[in-house]
Amino acid sequence: MDSLQHYGAQLLAGAGLTLKLTLGGYLLAALLALPLALLLYRRPRLLTPLARLYVSFFRGTPLLGQLFLLYYGAGQFRPELQALGLWGLLRDPFNCALLTFSLNSAAYQAAILLGGLQGVKAGEMEAARAYGFRPVQLYRLILLPNAYRIAFPALGNELILLLKGGAVASIVTLLDLMGQTRRLFSQTFDFTVYCYAALGYLVITSSLVWLWHRLERRLMRHLQPAAPPPTQRLALSH
Amino acid sequence: MNWQLLSWGPTGWGDELVAGLGITLALALATLPVGLLLGSLSCLLWFRGGPARWLARAYTTLIRGTPELLTLFLVYNGVAMLLNRLLSREHGDFVSLSPFVAGVISLGLVLGGYAAEVLRGAYQSLEFGPREAGLALGMRRYQVLLLIELRPLLQLALPGLGNLWLNLVKDTALVSVIALNDLMRMGTVAVGATRQPFFFYLTVCFIYWGVCMASEWGLARLQLGCRPGGRQGVQPGGHA
Repeated sequence: MDSLQHYGAQLLAGAGLTLKLTLGGYLLAALLALPLALLLYRRPRLLTPLARLYVSFFRGTPLLGQLFLLYYGAGQFRPELQALGLWGLLRDPFNCALLTFSLNSAAYQAAILLGGLQGVKAGEMEAARAYGFRPVQLYRLILLPNAYRIAFPALGNELILLLKGGAVASIVTLLDLMGQTRRLFSQTFDFTVYCYAALGYLVITSSLVWLWHRLERRLMRHLQPAAPPPTQRLALSH
Repeated sequence: MNWQLLSWGPTGWGDELVAGLGITLALALATLPVGLLLGSLSCLLWFRGGPARWLARAYTTLIRGTPELLTLFLVYNGVAMLLNRLLSREHGDFVSLSPFVAGVISLGLVLGGYAAEVLRGAYQSLEFGPREAGLALGMRRYQVLLLIELRPLLQLALPGLGNLWLNLVKDTALVSVIALNDLMRMGTVAVGATRQPFFFYLTVCFIYWGVCMASEWGLARLQLGCRPGGRQGVQPGGHA
């Protein structure tokens, strides 16, 4: 317990950075994944091969490789990037990690979302068309909500996988939970640091899983068995 | 782009990268049986119920809730420390784990944790009929498992296990961090010598991509071959 007091503040700061990177990357990825998934779903002739290539590349290569490619690889184009004013952005490991995680997670989320889009029942779409829904209404009211509902559990898994995979940020000098742990261990050679880090990650993942279950239940509440009718109200007065 | 950089021999990095790919593949192939064994054991423990199930659940929860990188460092530094303590070595006489062995153990633990869940899911979706028939014929439980249930079990588990294989191949890149000369590390070495980070990391990524696509192709073939009735599938009116 003594050592926990010692490391607590630093590990907590690391956990904060881990959460920031994970949630930030995940949300940015979600923005990118929707158009990607729609491209894969609608299959316009020109852009579909590009979208397929994107998803295949980011799912078929290690996250660490992608991170190195962006973080170190940017250095090869330093003059060009400086001319574009992007060098300051890509020199910072935090931005690089955030961008890598977004690009990577977008590919996974797009693949998941495509499954959701394809899982929406044809009958529901037909019914909406028969009611005269415009294409925008069809997407906004029928296709997308149902696709997200179907994809929701898998999207939760992806969040956890991103959180765990995101530990590679520590390799490009970021002091996330993993980075703080490695730093503390290299200073103290105290093995308990690793155990606290494992505990920290477990706490974060379990809370996210719990949160996701709550959200899922809320999203699916129209499919829950109907609540029993409210019992007769007690007359409090008299 | 200077393609000379990828040539064979002392001036190019082609041979170094291929050697790294060899180590990456060797690591993945050595980890696969370890992980599958751990996964099967954990799955068996789960189905025994009672405290054994708690043990299996603790294992899979721990593995699936902590980063692979942390497991790797835990094993690499932790097991070495444990060995040193057990052998009570004095200073300067430390035992240390080879990065390859540390990689096999840690990635095996990770693979096992996920494989246990895949196998459990597959087992739970097996039909009862064949099992009951086997038991009714007086077969032992392990005979039923090995002679009757193993094949459909693997058929059901194959897609999930295939995904785990792809993850494993990608996760081997992490072991480059503890200085195993795998593909990723050889890329880093080449970058250090040539100052061409984008070129070499892109090449390395393309090689991983190629391995993953080849694996996907192979797994699809395997899955086709595992269908009841083999590659042709079940013929209408025929028997499986």
